[in-house]
Amino acid sequence: MPAHALGAEHDSPPAPAAIVRSPGYWSTVLRRFLRDPVAVCAACVVLALIAMAVLAPWISPHDPLHGMALKRLRPIGTDGHPLGTDELGRDMLSRLIHGARISLVMGIVPVLLALTIGSAIGVVAGYVGGWTNAVLMRTMDVLFAFPSVLLAVALAGALGPGLFNSLLALTVVFVPPIARVAESVTTGVRGRDYVEAARASGAGALTIIVRHVLGNVLGPIFVYAMSLIAVAMILASGLSFLGLGVKPPQPDWGLMLNTLRTALYTQPLLCALPGLMIFVTSISFNLMTDGLRSAMDIKA
Amino acid sequence: MLLYCAKRVLLTLPIMLGVALFCFLLVHMAPGDPLVSVLPPDATAEIKAQMMAVYGFDRPYHEQFLRWLARVVQGDLGSSIRTGRPVWGELSKALGNTLMLATLATAIGFVLGTLFGFVAGYFRDTWIDKTASAMAVFGVSVPHYWLGMLLVIVFAVQLGWLPPTGAGPGGSDAWAWDWAHVRHLILPAITMSVIPMGIIARTVRALVAEILSQEFVAGLRAKGMSGAGILRHVVKNAAPTALAVMGIQLGYLLGGSILIETVFSWPGSGLLLNDAIFQRDLPLLQGTILVLALFFVMLNLAVDVMQTTLDPRIKRT
Repeated sequence: MPAHALGAEHDSPPAPAAIVRSPGYWSTVLRRFLRDPVAVCAACVVLALIAMAVLAPWISPHDPLHGMALKRLRPIGTDGHPLGTDELGRDMLSRLIHGARISLVMGIVPVLLALTIGSAIGVVAGYVGGWTNAVLMRTMDVLFAFPSVLLAVALAGALGPGLFNSLLALTVVFVPPIARVAESVTTGVRGRDYVEAARASGAGALTIIVRHVLGNVLGPIFVYAMSLIAVAMILASGLSFLGLGVKPPQPDWGLMLNTLRTALYTQPLLCALPGLMIFVTSISFNLMTDGLRSAMDIKA
Repeated sequence: MLLYCAKRVLLTLPIMLGVALFCFLLVHMAPGDPLVSVLPPDATAEIKAQMMAVYGFDRPYHEQFLRWLARVVQGDLGSSIRTGRPVWGELSKALGNTLMLATLATAIGFVLGTLFGFVAGYFRDTWIDKTASAMAVFGVSVPHYWLGMLLVIVFAVQLGWLPPTGAGPGGSDAWAWDWAHVRHLILPAITMSVIPMGIIARTVRALVAEILSQEFVAGLRAKGMSGAGILRHVVKNAAPTALAVMGIQLGYLLGGSILIETVFSWPGSGLLLNDAIFQRDLPLLQGTILVLALFFVMLNLAVDVMQTTLDPRIKRT
């Protein structure tokens, strides 16, 4: 792609949102990221949580679904149950470990799906322009007209509770913002000389989109999507908390927070545990993304 | 200016129509019969068909939508399937309660958020900035429904200072501005204020840091202006954006009040929505979502107009 290489070097002043690919860009970002202790700590916590979710069946001391009627709501520090037992006598530690699976999936999968669908919509709208752009982006505007919690609750509520429906609802919530970012970056890239040059040298629309547009668009969208993971986690757990997410007896932090409310007066510390997990996860994702963003902001 | 407002309102109309279409489709997306909660499970096919005809569910979709839209425009949101009462009546009372809660929460969040954000941006990269920024990250990361539960554990269960749920003594839902009622408002309002606090603090910090790095500030310093004078310039420059963010946040809180209202059993639109979902009361669900979403659209419009009025730098195109 000589046209691309030439054009990219000469006339793409680093726009604030667009990422100019130059050799060693990502290694520079990584080096800058590793110099930020808070972000590195947060990234380690995120990795540990993912490891915990993957290894859940091997590292949890008990079966998360097995309840013991005689050992209900044991406090933290009980012999054999270091974090106590829940309202049905199930081991809290095992449930919290297993809960990482659904909770992380519910936080990450909708964002990944929305990243795919949203950037597809945004890139097509931005590249094709005209009526296609108007129809696609005005549809996004309508979805954007709903506060995110309301949209998620409305969709999950109308479709009925369940893991799949809440995944679907959350995906719909995150498509419009991603599509907007993708559309604006694509519109900016479309008029650049190197795209013009590629078209003049006979490249088809698909080639141009894949080679020139996506390369510029994916970076900013990816960082934006990362920042949505924490939001998705809180929202997904919120849906479960309302009873619109996974169904019992599945271990999910939001759902556990809901069912343990009955023990608010007798075992308050126990009730706080699942929420603490959600908090730790979302703050780690936020701090990691903040670090990544300032690492990528090289001009600063 | 007037022309700009008219243009902006005109642009909002198709969005509102889209929102209405979405709310209409929502009910038809719902699995199962729309009448499942009123019909006895052993109803014959004939009765079912009759009921469908009464509610108009047997007509083609576009006709149903237009008829529904025509009624909505006249302020008729239909009746709740459960209670038979008009949706608007149930909704307006609940909306008042939510508006009160969300306004108070936004006010608290705005005061604390601008304070933290301002201090953080002004003393950038010092320990003051780090502390204030940590508060902001906490605000955007904490699952607020969990924070609500923690506040209930500490202030209602352990200390017994404030009531854990409801909006008035003995579960009464008639509001009055006396201590017996106001004490019910404190915990939910503080819980709710954490989100706007975090977001406004982050915005204001970035704004202040950005304004202070501009050349005109260096110019003012060079000509000998005092710190207080510069501060005045910073406030003036940051205010329109900060106020706009606050307005949008109020909209988010109004629409997203369901989680906090569920934790505190606060009798607002969120709790009403929760009831509508779990009792499968589709007209109530549809009406509540429609009104909340339209409210959000109108609020966005108002914020936009306000920002353009306050900030002469924004071009009125």
